Amino acid sequence: MISQSVLLTIVLAPLVACLLAGIGGKVIGRVGAHTVTIAGVAISFGLSAYVLKLLLDGAPVVNETVYTWLVSDNIRMEVGFLIDNLSAMMMTVVTFVSLCVHVYTIGYMKDDPGYQRFFSYISLFTFSMLMLVMSNNFLQLFFGWEAVGVVSYLLIGFWYTRPSAIFANLKAFLVNRVGDFGFVLGIAGIAYYTGSIDYATVFAARDAIAANTMEIFPGVEWQAITVVCICLFIGAMGKSAQVPLHVWLPDSMEGPTPISALIHAATMVTAGIFMVARMSPLFEMSEAALSTVLVIGATTAFFMGLLGLVNNDIKRVVAYSTLSQLGYMTVALGVSAYAGALFHLMTHAFFKALLFLAAGSVIIGMHHEQDMRKMGGLKKYMPITYWTSAIGTLALIGFPGTSGFFSKDALIEAVHAAHIPGASYAFWCVTLGVFITAFYSFRLVFMTFHGPERFREVAHDAHSAHESTHVKTDKDAGHEPDVSHGDAHGHHAHDDHGHATAHATGHDDHGHHGPVEPHESPWVVTLPLILLAIPSLFIGAFTIGPMLFGDYFNGVLYVEEAHDTLGHVGESWHGPLQFIVHAFQAPTIYLAFAGWAAAWFLYIKRPDLPGVIAAKFSALYQLFAKKYFFDEIYQAVFARGSVGLGSALWRVGDVALIDGAAVNGSARVVGWLSGVMRRLQSGYLYHYAFAMIIGLSVLLAWYVLR
Amino acid sequence: MSTITWPILSVLIWLPIAGGVAMLALGDRGIALGRWIALITTAVTFGISTLLWTNFDTTTASMQFVEERTWIPLFNSLYALGVDGFAMPLIVLTAFITPLVVIAGWTVIEKKPAQYYAAFLILEGLMIGVFAALDAMLFYVLWEAMLIPMFIIIGIWGGPRRVYATIKFFLYTFLGSVLMLVSLIYMYLQTCDAGQCSYMIADFQRLPLGLNEQLFIFVAFLAAFAVKVPMWPVHTWLPDAHVEAPTGGSVILAAIMLKMGGYGFLRFSLPITPDASDTLDWLVISLSLIAVVYIGFVALVQQDMKKLIAYSSIAHMGFVTLGSFLTFELMRVNSGDMTGAAMGIDGAMVQMISHGLISGAMFFCVGVLYDRVHSREISSYGGVVNTMPVFAAFMVLFAMANSGLPATSGFVGEFLVILASFRADFWYAFLAGLTLILGAAYTLWLVKRVVFGPVANHHVAELKDVNGRELLVLGVLAIAVLGLGLWPAPLLDVMRPTVENLVQQITVSKL
Amino acid sequence: MISLNFVLMLGGILFALSVAGIFLNRKNVILLLMCIELMLLAVNFNFIAFARQLGDLGGQVFVFFILTVAAAESAIGLAILVVLFRERKSINVEQLDTMKG
Repeated sequence: MISQSVLLTIVLAPLVACLLAGIGGKVIGRVGAHTVTIAGVAISFGLSAYVLKLLLDGAPVVNETVYTWLVSDNIRMEVGFLIDNLSAMMMTVVTFVSLCVHVYTIGYMKDDPGYQRFFSYISLFTFSMLMLVMSNNFLQLFFGWEAVGVVSYLLIGFWYTRPSAIFANLKAFLVNRVGDFGFVLGIAGIAYYTGSIDYATVFAARDAIAANTMEIFPGVEWQAITVVCICLFIGAMGKSAQVPLHVWLPDSMEGPTPISALIHAATMVTAGIFMVARMSPLFEMSEAALSTVLVIGATTAFFMGLLGLVNNDIKRVVAYSTLSQLGYMTVALGVSAYAGALFHLMTHAFFKALLFLAAGSVIIGMHHEQDMRKMGGLKKYMPITYWTSAIGTLALIGFPGTSGFFSKDALIEAVHAAHIPGASYAFWCVTLGVFITAFYSFRLVFMTFHGPERFREVAHDAHSAHESTHVKTDKDAGHEPDVSHGDAHGHHAHDDHGHATAHATGHDDHGHHGPVEPHESPWVVTLPLILLAIPSLFIGAFTIGPMLFGDYFNGVLYVEEAHDTLGHVGESWHGPLQFIVHAFQAPTIYLAFAGWAAAWFLYIKRPDLPGVIAAKFSALYQLFAKKYFFDEIYQAVFARGSVGLGSALWRVGDVALIDGAAVNGSARVVGWLSGVMRRLQSGYLYHYAFAMIIGLSVLLAWYVLR
Repeated sequence: MSTITWPILSVLIWLPIAGGVAMLALGDRGIALGRWIALITTAVTFGISTLLWTNFDTTTASMQFVEERTWIPLFNSLYALGVDGFAMPLIVLTAFITPLVVIAGWTVIEKKPAQYYAAFLILEGLMIGVFAALDAMLFYVLWEAMLIPMFIIIGIWGGPRRVYATIKFFLYTFLGSVLMLVSLIYMYLQTCDAGQCSYMIADFQRLPLGLNEQLFIFVAFLAAFAVKVPMWPVHTWLPDAHVEAPTGGSVILAAIMLKMGGYGFLRFSLPITPDASDTLDWLVISLSLIAVVYIGFVALVQQDMKKLIAYSSIAHMGFVTLGSFLTFELMRVNSGDMTGAAMGIDGAMVQMISHGLISGAMFFCVGVLYDRVHSREISSYGGVVNTMPVFAAFMVLFAMANSGLPATSGFVGEFLVILASFRADFWYAFLAGLTLILGAAYTLWLVKRVVFGPVANHHVAELKDVNGRELLVLGVLAIAVLGLGLWPAPLLDVMRPTVENLVQQITVSKL
Repeated sequence: MISLNFVLMLGGILFALSVAGIFLNRKNVILLLMCIELMLLAVNFNFIAFARQLGDLGGQVFVFFILTVAAAESAIGLAILVVLFRERKSINVEQLDTMKG
């Protein structure tokens, strides 16, 4: 039996820690702040693992209400918990990654003046994310959904003096709000058709939705369930950064690296995947919605991966990789392989958090340099970072035996088995994506850890590379506000720390003008790397059986017989070893090796070639470097368009028409009329007398002639 | 029934007015004492108003704490007071906001401070009276009387274009309300024809009226209430009045006076003219949606902080009118199934209370900045967080509330109205839902330009963070905003019988 | 016997003359006062004529009232006129337009 007090403790421990560190930050100091927050999240993690264990031991699923938020029109809106295998897994993953990130932050942020604030924010994030995954109704889901968005907003803009950071956080919030807009409409639809926003009631009443049609455009009847599911999925597209709502995720790298790992790789961005999996009973009823999910996921998986090929910022490469992997998960949702998506979500949470934290470790080691062209040969300076990120990379590309291998291979198999519209397109996208993934992942590893030690050259010739100018000026400018960032947010690498920080502490002073001497990071940084490397390697092999082909998700996920792609894959399931052997008969694994080989050839063997290729296909290169011009188009159409529209409505509608014509206009008409009338007031006695006489005669005439 | 035997509503009305008169008598020389008189009076008023809440009977839709005395025997007008689930929360809101206004103006007002406080105290009494009045003539007199202190507040303590703003404010609101007076008198004569002359609103609600009569009465009420709400296109007085008003004036205007429009729709338009509301609901709904979308875009391009918040108020009040008038559309679309009607009205009421808190808080925030820099232009600021971190935290919180973040009160009303409007028409929900994007865009863009970024100029560099007094005001409002967002159930419970009764009432045709 | 019509006609003509005098006169305020007197006299004519015709003395009594009022009125009018002349050094009607809007 899982008691409610345990669940409340899991949720509230991080919240209390957040309040202590946030409000009492000055009192408890830096050590106090990280102690309470780490204690809070450690309690959560311990209890989450305990809850997971209880469930595995056969404890009944918990679905209970904590309190009634409100009752309106007989719809009860409550705050409550639904603890089943899905939420228990999510809780454990979230709190584990969060715990690692908390520890890591001690090292990463040690010189930052906003230390306590940062810990407060990430604890708040943990709280919000737990509320999201533990929810038993749509209202609380939406609360967690928005709350993680807000914390993400606060954290992307953590260094609030940097124009690029506060541009990125506003952008992230607004793009997410577009998704939330769809999400709210979806929730409204569900409340309409089922009269409830409680998961259990809604799922029980799903036939009621399916029985309805909606006429959104006159004359076109749509299945209500399709509309509802697509609205919900729009929410997932915002949060999980699917094309075309993906634009915020690369920019979110403006935030400190620990939150890139926690929020923008491991947990928050997977909320969309979690949500769709949670809603599997609804999505299963609409093939059109599943196809939409599938096509959008496939597009994201392939085309966003391509962008990782040309980026030189270490964090942004990982960010594009995250986009691409989220696309993979979405594809799995599209082919009804919900368990596959969740399985990949879990493995990805570990190895992508690992990769981000490793990237952060490199950034610390390089004294806050993020441009991979100024790295190289770091292997011998940062062995722990190197080996852990190598593990992460192997897991990411799906090297046989690593956790990523199991999740990705099963996923691709499931896509192969699918037959809904768009499945073959998706299959090509995810298969080719494997090559792309391997290529950019090893490109990162080779450029960062292998090859010549380019940081020495760069240090001597600060302005050699065109794109590095920004970074350098940035640092030389010291604490001066840097305006050049305003337009630089797009594709330039950034110093990962605020100017004030670097300047105030003198931490960076030795690095900028002399040669950079990389160093391994302190233990608080490397310990989380090691902790994350272990599950990245092994968790796949242990959990694939129960999660994908066993009964772990029984009663949680719902799959129609006709869509059961995982079941099809599972027919040939004979244990992890056979799965590996079987994988050698499929092309994907060879594509991954080809990607590795290509990266090795281009970045180790012939490092002169990438430039030549970029010059040769400059149009294509530009397309990638400019990220398919999404930012430019959105900026022009939505940002400038709505400001222009607002301006026009205001100047024409409010100022000219309503105020100018109607309000001040009527005042002017009155004024003009009085101007005319006052001419009659000549002041001459005889005019008045005349008027009286005329009036008299008119009255007389009226009475006489009437 | 309530256990309070003394005339609590009269006390709530006349105590602040008496305090105001005392302030006038005391004059500016005794202002040190006067401030405390003002604070204690308003605080005691708030204390008494909480008794309304605690003694409120949540099982009945009928009027509570009723007082009735003969007032003008010549035309049977009564001094009749009472509250139901609509009026009571609004009275508590009024009594809650006014002490904060008094605290916020503590040292800021240098010109004729005694009269400043007196104006607010008298205004408070009159506003409570408007919400408590059961007699239409009493309602009308208080409704108009309320304009006078507000007129004076903007006209004397306002900004440079205060004369234009006050006249616009006065003419706009007055024009609407005289039409209302005509229809009140008409209905009075109708009651005389029926045998019992009465100005009681309850009698008006029972009055059988033909469709044409209802239409005329409805349009007259619409003129009065739409201006107050304000609805597009009669909204342009609000930005001007807000921009010119002193901080306290803006707060009261946004937090309470706008609510009278919404309250009027619920108390007069819907129950008195249900068939006309049914006929003309498309008009109100379209104007509400225009308010949400059009005004959202207009707010985006404002350069003046107060103007931006004023426009955002208009957009948010669009939800109030939308929620109130959904009932009829629901009745038509779902062939008599009334599910969702109560939710729309619930949403409208919650939105009113929540908007009172949030817009009040936003205007306080602007006031805090204005007191220091004496500029309302967004471009005069930037990077305020560097010098005022505590203030910035509050500003971000209220901005999030303004953009409807769950767990703040701003979310509750919008969510309920969107849920209800989806039942009526997908496109209503779609357009109303756009506020999620637009509201976030204009509010957070404001925050980005004012609060975040590097220190913009020496004014910002010299800013001092909030003092204890400001911290108190913002803190109390923050607690209220979060409290209502985290647990709105008590508010809904208070309103439920009244809302259900109203839905019952308006779905029965008078024809 | 002079018929009623003739007397009424005389009254009408007198009245018309006085009206014409009021608004044709552009120079002299005294003329205005005289025209007003003439107007009243025209009215008196009508009173007397009807009084005689109807055999009702009330009409004649009214004439006395009117004469008294007219006398008082001209006295006040002349007094105003004197003050006006002292103030403006003119009694020209064309210049008296301080009431102009």
